[in-house]
Amino acid sequence: MTSDVLRISHISKIYTMDGVEFTAVGDVSLSVKHGEYVAIMGPSGSGKSTLMHIIGCLDRPTAGRVEIVGQDISHASDHVLARIRNTSIGFVFQQFNLLRRTSAIANVELPLVYRGIGGGERRSIAEKILRQVGLGDKLNNFPSQLSGGQQQRVAIARALVTDPQILLADEPTGNLDSKSGTEILELFEGLHKNGRTIILVTHDADVARQARRIVRIADGKIVEDKKVGRP
Amino acid sequence: MILALRALRTNKIRSILTMLGIIIGVASVILLVSIGTGLQAYVTQQFASLGSNKVFILPGKVDLKRVGGRPTTPVSKFELGDVTDIMRGSVVIKDVTPVVTQAGTITYQGEITRADIFGVWENYFAMGNFSADVGSVITQNDVERTRKVVVLGSKPAKDLFGDAEPVGKTVTIGDIRYQVKGVLVSKGGGGALGGDIDERIVIPFTTALRQFNQSRPFMMLVEASDQDAVVEAASDIRRTLLRRLKIDDFTVLEQKELLSTITQFLSVITIALGGIAAISLLVGGIGIMNIMLVSVTERTREIGLRKAVGATGRDILLQFLIESVIVSLVGGIIGILLGGAGSLALRSFVQTEVTLWSVFLASGFSALIGIVFGVAPAIRAARLDPIEALRYE
Repeated sequence: MTSDVLRISHISKIYTMDGVEFTAVGDVSLSVKHGEYVAIMGPSGSGKSTLMHIIGCLDRPTAGRVEIVGQDISHASDHVLARIRNTSIGFVFQQFNLLRRTSAIANVELPLVYRGIGGGERRSIAEKILRQVGLGDKLNNFPSQLSGGQQQRVAIARALVTDPQILLADEPTGNLDSKSGTEILELFEGLHKNGRTIILVTHDADVARQARRIVRIADGKIVEDKKVGRP
Repeated sequence: MILALRALRTNKIRSILTMLGIIIGVASVILLVSIGTGLQAYVTQQFASLGSNKVFILPGKVDLKRVGGRPTTPVSKFELGDVTDIMRGSVVIKDVTPVVTQAGTITYQGEITRADIFGVWENYFAMGNFSADVGSVITQNDVERTRKVVVLGSKPAKDLFGDAEPVGKTVTIGDIRYQVKGVLVSKGGGGALGGDIDERIVIPFTTALRQFNQSRPFMMLVEASDQDAVVEAASDIRRTLLRRLKIDDFTVLEQKELLSTITQFLSVITIALGGIAAISLLVGGIGIMNIMLVSVTERTREIGLRKAVGATGRDILLQFLIESVIVSLVGGIIGILLGGAGSLALRSFVQTEVTLWSVFLASGFSALIGIVFGVAPAIRAARLDPIEALRYE
């Protein structure tokens, strides 16, 4: 039996700006099972970013309950959230967010630093992951010496280095040309086949179609949740 | 810790420039304080070499509040009889010598040097702890017979004779010929009131009166039986002299009194110098804060990312705090070394002394600056909202 790595029930997020309340996400429930490949789709302003931040433990919902791997984080402290981000979530960003003046391998090592793993062990884990994403020969290159696609691979390696339960990708192909984008999606496909849980946030239908399940969001609500076959 | 070091290394130039503020601040604190304390030590040493049981009797009114300023053309009203009166007038006075002094030129075979010429009794040498390095000092016989002999301080001896043997040679003071009797042991800058014994030349008192065409002692040097008797000796001297002279005709100076006035004055200077230097240290600290604040803003995305991959607020706080502490501490250490080296280099011009308290003060202060001026930027970094930070362009 596969368990839920993510269970969201009736969450809402309300921002107050200049005294005016604004509902970014309203009464959303969603469960993701281990090994699923889910795309969360919606136009900008639909609340998908807010949802992603909540899933990624960067933000707490105003109401409702969020469980990551069985742990309720709705009211967890910043410290606990930081630990969950470190152990259970792997982030991939649209703008890669690599440390510019730091080598590829040091970038990948970063999450392990905050986990308190020693230098030698860190390096060997990071090296292994970088090889897996096909950058075994670029360990000591700086981000500026890598192409966009390669930088995103480094970012993916960084997300995977802690062996997280959820790989959370926010428009991972948004800043890439179509060829590199396809390569990244192929990489995700491979990860999915190896049993990695992936949540992909995108507004691009072509990208979303790579997933096995598409969740559409509009105006802070889920408007569609369907399984798709591999095209 | 490693992260902080790595961040500093990636911004080498900026780190070094920031450090420079602290380096200059700490170095100047150490340097200036070392000059101040060196000066104090020098003066104290000068006095100590003469012994603190000495009392000077100067002509005219000398105001202690105007230290260093000699009375304007004092006219001596002392007589030789005063010397014996003073000796008889107190039980705590061990010895007295009259002194006549004048600056003069002394020549030997074309070599010319200027020196303070002191005419004294033979007991002057025992009182001042002066002894002959080569030859001998002036004797009672020399004084009684008004002999034209001279004992040279080490400096005029070197000026006139270089490495040659001076004893027995004939030198000329003014237009009178003197025979060199001996050279005094160098005190390395000892002696007070009237300058450095190394730079003096000493002749018999009687000869000096004739040489300078005078009949009175210019001043008198008194040795009390011990340090504690100085005050009593001084009041005895005043009583003795007042029988014959007016209060304005003479001044009795105790070394201790003079010394404490001077050292007090010098310690104020030392503190003032240190204070000025401390301001530059403060400016250096503000420089650190400025740079760290810029750094926090500039690295907003980096901070967001670090938080996204699991850094807690505490991790970020520590990273930035350690960065600023390292900058100020390393800057402090370099500053100490530089200040120490600088004061060593200055030693050939002025006496300097690197004191432990100035080192501790400067290094403690620089570490404190690192923390104090690092805290604000570090807290700011730690409080950044990761979502906002990641969105930051």
